[in-house]
Amino acid sequence: MSHFRSDIRQRAEELVALYPRQRSAMLPMLHLAQEQDGYLSDEGIAEVAELTGTTPAEVRGTAAFYDMFHLEPVGKYVVGVCTNIACLLAGGEEFLEHASKKLGCPVGSTSDDGLFTLEETECLADCNIAPVVQVNHRYVRTTTPETFDAMIDDLRSGKLDHDVPSHGTLIRVRRSGGLRAARQEVADQRQTAKAARDARVESEKK
Amino acid sequence: MASLDAPQIVSSRKDYADSFTLSRYLETGGYVALKKALTMFPEVVAAEVDAASLLGRGGAGFPAGRKWSMLRKSPISYLVVNGDESEPATFKDHYLVERDPHQLVEGVIIASYALQVNQAFIFMRGEFALGLERVQQAVNDAYAHGALGSKIFGSDFSLDIVVHPGAGAYICGEETSLIEALEGKRGFPRIKPPFFPAVTGLYGEPTVVNNVETMSNLPWIVNNGGAAFAALGAGRSTGTRLFALAGRVKNPGVYEIEMVKNTFRDLIYDPRLGGGIIDDKQIKAFIPGGVSAPWFGPELLDLPLGQDEVAEKGSMLGSGSIVVMDETSCVVRATWRITKFFSRESCGQCTPCREGSGWIERVMYRLENGGGRMEDIDLLLDLCDNIAPGLTWPPQQTTICVLGPSIPSSVHSAIQMFRDDFVAHVEHGGCPHD
Repeated sequence: MSHFRSDIRQRAEELVALYPRQRSAMLPMLHLAQEQDGYLSDEGIAEVAELTGTTPAEVRGTAAFYDMFHLEPVGKYVVGVCTNIACLLAGGEEFLEHASKKLGCPVGSTSDDGLFTLEETECLADCNIAPVVQVNHRYVRTTTPETFDAMIDDLRSGKLDHDVPSHGTLIRVRRSGGLRAARQEVADQRQTAKAARDARVESEKK
Repeated sequence: MASLDAPQIVSSRKDYADSFTLSRYLETGGYVALKKALTMFPEVVAAEVDAASLLGRGGAGFPAGRKWSMLRKSPISYLVVNGDESEPATFKDHYLVERDPHQLVEGVIIASYALQVNQAFIFMRGEFALGLERVQQAVNDAYAHGALGSKIFGSDFSLDIVVHPGAGAYICGEETSLIEALEGKRGFPRIKPPFFPAVTGLYGEPTVVNNVETMSNLPWIVNNGGAAFAALGAGRSTGTRLFALAGRVKNPGVYEIEMVKNTFRDLIYDPRLGGGIIDDKQIKAFIPGGVSAPWFGPELLDLPLGQDEVAEKGSMLGSGSIVVMDETSCVVRATWRITKFFSRESCGQCTPCREGSGWIERVMYRLENGGGRMEDIDLLLDLCDNIAPGLTWPPQQTTICVLGPSIPSSVHSAIQMFRDDFVAHVEHGGCPHD
């Protein structure tokens, strides 16, 4: 019995098919598991292990290395405020304090209503609009306490549902197309290309 | 005044709101270079890139052409594009993947053709959700347009590109760590030698890893020739480059300007670029190439923006990000935050980096927040010396990768340039700016 919903399961199997080795699908598939559950549940981890040919311990050990993976449940909205150098110079720390007050939860925790998790992040590479705020890894570009508060209210009321999907949903564009050629065809092309190159190198020498 | 006559090579579409769409890309000369490249021998395409002497735009600045030609004897199996932009205050690749994804994809196809590689991966920072969607859409569109997939534009060349999301780890910008992540493992940098993935890369096969901006330059180079690119800039620093300007400037942003022909002062003060310091304050210091680079003082503002020019003065142009601090900025606090970053992002494999970064961060914290001692200042230098013996530039390395020796850069610079500020923090019992 699959823990993944059928559409997630199908996308996970498509991911495995993209790579020469199945374990390479680990990070994108963990994102998929989070898309379904909002975090990495034991059942999700077990299924990722099955599909990537690893063990649940290996999956958990790998996931724990990466900041974007949550091994405990988090809010529907994970709010990240950057305090790294460029944001620090723009008042990022004070901004984070304000966010904590507005959301009513300390940094690194989830609000009582379960809606928001607040994180202090490292540089999010949008330093010209500092301090940088991301919600579920979408840039919301609120740099003042007032615009931040308004944005949080908009999230609550569902006004930003299109721009900011629930936590875990990372890439909404499905892959289409792709190399339809059989692997053998690709291998043959590589052989031909190598032979042609070798021949040219030989002729250059002469 | 800055010299802004050079063409916009990678940011020519910045004024279009729909710059990321296939239709806009085709209207503005998209995929012309690829068609041209497919009529040339792969080696000739590579030779054009070599002639451009395009330096890698990721941070290390290794010539892209040489990276490709180094191991001509063994065919390269994979091309991996490094879009894991995480060096603090660097946001130029962010611009390229969101605003010009087709240019990146075309560059990747051209590079793959030159290397005769049939499988490419674009590894992108997981935090770039919109960038991931835009690049995936561009890849989809390229397949539909015939620019990707089997027998591209009717040629004998086939290529598959997979867009691969990272998951939040600075260290994955290091190319061997990125390969580990792409293999589905923890992002631990690999032990060197071999120094280049071109020897042993993805799945143990020869792999070329290039940066997003490096790839984005290729369509222009194929269209205009390597010589035209090399005619811009000077010395080893050819072409234009995207500089990410951040910190206490009026107009922070990404600016594409000709290398060497412009100085740090031009970039920071020209009204068409940085526009000067906020509230017209005095500049105190600036970081010339990402937080891994040693800092410069205002006396070096007239230094040209060139790789060798900056290296000669004991720092690096690195990732092309320039952070400006003014007289209101607390350098102790800035240094503490940078150290906190390295401490958090150290992968933990090597003792000097893992233990050293945390120790330095704790000392920096107490200096900034009260409880600092006068002997802490020399303790910091001693700790730095243990990570990068001698505190030279380029640094001595005691760790597997360069994250370790990047830690002392800001600490050593700040103490050298502003020791009085550290002393004031001790005497004041915390930050005098608070």
